[in-house]
Amino acid sequence: MNRNILEVHGLIKTFGALLASDGVELEVREGETHAIIGPNGAGKTTLIGQLAGELRPDRGEVRFAGEDVTALPAPARARKGLARSFQITSIYPGFTALENVMLAVQAHAGHSFRFWRKARGESVLRAPAERLLEQVGLGARAGAQAGSLAHGEQRALEIAMALAGNPRLLLLDEPVAGMGAEETQRMIAFLSTLKGGKTIILVEHDMDAVFSLADRISVLVYGRIIASGTPAEIRANAEVRRAYLGEEADA
Amino acid sequence: MNPRKRALVLAVGLLLLAAVPPLAAIFNQPFYLDLLRRIMIFAIAAASLNLILGYGGMISFGHAAYLGVGGYAVGVLAHYGVYDGALQWGLAIGASALVALVIGAVSLRTSGVYFIMITLAFTQMLYYLGISIEEFGGDDGMPLAAKSRFPGMDLDDANTFYYVVLAILVLVLVLGHRLVESRFGMVIRAAKSNEARTRAIGFSPYSYRLAAFVIAGGVCGLAGALLVNHTAYLTPEFMNWTRSGELMFMVILGGMGSTAGPVLGAFALLLLEDLLSGWTTHWQLYLGPLLVLSVLFFRRGLAGAIFGKNE
Amino acid sequence: MNLLLVAEQGLNGLQLGVMLFLMAAGLTLVFGIMNLVNLAHGSFYMIGAYLATYFTQLTGSYVLGVLLGLAGTLAVGVAVELLALRTLYEREHLDQVLATFGLILFFNELAAMLWGRAALYTSIPEYLSGHVDLLPGLRYPLYRLVIIVLGLAVAGLLWFVVARTRLGMLVRAGASNRVMVAALGVNIRLMYTIVFGFGAALAGLAGLMAGPIYVVQPGMGELILIEVFVVIVIGGIGSIRGALAGALIVGMVDTFGRAFLKPALATVLSPAAAQAAGPALASMLIYLLMAVVLALRPRGLFPARL
Repeated sequence: MNRNILEVHGLIKTFGALLASDGVELEVREGETHAIIGPNGAGKTTLIGQLAGELRPDRGEVRFAGEDVTALPAPARARKGLARSFQITSIYPGFTALENVMLAVQAHAGHSFRFWRKARGESVLRAPAERLLEQVGLGARAGAQAGSLAHGEQRALEIAMALAGNPRLLLLDEPVAGMGAEETQRMIAFLSTLKGGKTIILVEHDMDAVFSLADRISVLVYGRIIASGTPAEIRANAEVRRAYLGEEADA
Repeated sequence: MNPRKRALVLAVGLLLLAAVPPLAAIFNQPFYLDLLRRIMIFAIAAASLNLILGYGGMISFGHAAYLGVGGYAVGVLAHYGVYDGALQWGLAIGASALVALVIGAVSLRTSGVYFIMITLAFTQMLYYLGISIEEFGGDDGMPLAAKSRFPGMDLDDANTFYYVVLAILVLVLVLGHRLVESRFGMVIRAAKSNEARTRAIGFSPYSYRLAAFVIAGGVCGLAGALLVNHTAYLTPEFMNWTRSGELMFMVILGGMGSTAGPVLGAFALLLLEDLLSGWTTHWQLYLGPLLVLSVLFFRRGLAGAIFGKNE
Repeated sequence: MNLLLVAEQGLNGLQLGVMLFLMAAGLTLVFGIMNLVNLAHGSFYMIGAYLATYFTQLTGSYVLGVLLGLAGTLAVGVAVELLALRTLYEREHLDQVLATFGLILFFNELAAMLWGRAALYTSIPEYLSGHVDLLPGLRYPLYRLVIIVLGLAVAGLLWFVVARTRLGMLVRAGASNRVMVAALGVNIRLMYTIVFGFGAALAGLAGLMAGPIYVVQPGMGELILIEVFVVIVIGGIGSIRGALAGALIVGMVDTFGRAFLKPALATVLSPAAAQAAGPALASMLIYLLMAVVLALRPRGLFPARL
């Protein structure tokens, strides 16, 4: 029951002379919220790229739900239930918020080599999309151009798109990046409603979010996971404190 | 401008086009019948390019190749005594689609500048192929043996041919509009807008783009079949790369990613060329800088100016 | 197969390759450093040929004609960069393609207006015409040998500048990371103008050398330009090494294809079939080669950026 939904073994990735991933080992249990933290330059972006399928590791493997997906490109992983949101907001600015989510729904709603019927009119796409927008609090903004949404609204849209298609694993890359205090709290509250039902990998700098949401935390430093455990264990870990949290008292 | 108004304006435009033959007869100006027919044929070609360039963001500099393939399909069959229109035009569409499949399969694996250069190179290859086949006139080309024959329709009659072209144009526009609003169209447009996002939600753009490429190629092949019937002369110049540039300008000037765009663009460019060439033999001297200026300052295109933003 | 014939075609292939390299070098650098797709590069080829012809007739001296032709092409290149291209650096590729396409129309028509649409035949001066006995039985035109030597010399010079001088270092850095070079405070505008002007001059050189061998007419630039695209795609955008490798490969394949494909086909097909298919296939050869290379290496053989 509590098996690993994601396993990463010995992931190595170099860019020329730069060793970005230096033998990453990671295990994420089904249903948990697992945070990955680490100082800047630790290689978080590279790691996410390899988890999502945008980057091929030089060595090592990524297993998703027991299956080796190392060679699988991003779209295939997404179809298997590995959804992600981007650190720098990546939506379709020219489409409405509703159309954005409908597209995400469409990827999981049968094939898209349909050439005649208006996609906007399909209730099998529209209804789930409307529900998702409601869920993230964008119900009233469904008809707005995504490009004209406020920053916090766009971050929420990212999450809605990631949730489309009922993914098994959510890979969230700094979901509260660039948000003010109030927006951050709202996002944290929303994400906690997802806890348990979905497995979440949360890559974050914001310690509020991390310590209030995470069941377990892994710490990435110079391309390696140096520690992995409960928030309490991580807080107490001397090596982590040295590398990341500094010599100050508890976060 | 809302969709209903837009549709109305378009319908009026098409009705005006339909009124041209009787008007041309009344005012005894067959030249305009000819000119407008030619413009409409290029509008069909531009509409096909609009799918992959305007909506799909694929900068294919080799689209004129399909005008050539379509034209040669008709011309070669006619040369060997096969005049059946359905067969000819069927081959024009099929052959163009097949060529598009091959070229697209190779080119779409690349992106950016590589894609532009490769599509251009492949068109040039077909152009050289056309030139080197002496049997069909080499680089001089050859006259079309006879126009395509359809039961009950005589394409030698200027009016009949005009209405056939108009009907095909309307059909292409309507089908194209449905296509870009369909699931397939949405994926193409999404991939243009944000490729990384599109991959992240689960679409692999390659196969959709390839399908769009094939569809565009086939439709352009049909335009080629129409063109060779129109000019009554088959020549590799159909595939000249400058023709590809002209098609791209029609799409851009008309307004990318809009249904009316290619029609407006074809009208604008060809009427402009017609006007300028009436003034001076060196009209390209003026057209060139005009095009440069239009790219620099008039990017929204005519459709954007007339209909307002957003299709 | 006659070895001497092969050697002769080999030299022809080298000569074509060298000329393709001169054009490819400028184009690939402009693309690599300024991220500018310049379709009008072929126009400099044409301008070089026309200006050299014009100045040779004007001054009566071939050498003077060549030098003035080069200087003129350089001037036109710089003028185009300052007036028309500056605004395009920031634009997307589509805009660059369309705008430079407009420039092509303009230059072709200008040439037609000044010198007519008919092809001009330029002649080689006395001291450069004639043949050289390279090997017993192998007589090769002196002019073509000069082109090969000159072209290789320029390639060597270019290598030296790019690999050994400060400007070259900036060029290489710019080819792989434009933004960084600008951030380092280098006078980017000046560098761009220099690179572009130099590229134009190289194209002009290729054009004036080609004039006596091929013909001088409006539109001549575009025909070779597309072959140059093939060179760059095969070699890899942004790299001089790639331009050289690609140019030599394309030059050789094209030359050998045109010379030997028909006879080769004739050994397996009927003469009539070979006659029909030979030239057609030969003209398609380099494009097929490009497709094969792309299938294996989508970014070319030696791309500047990975």
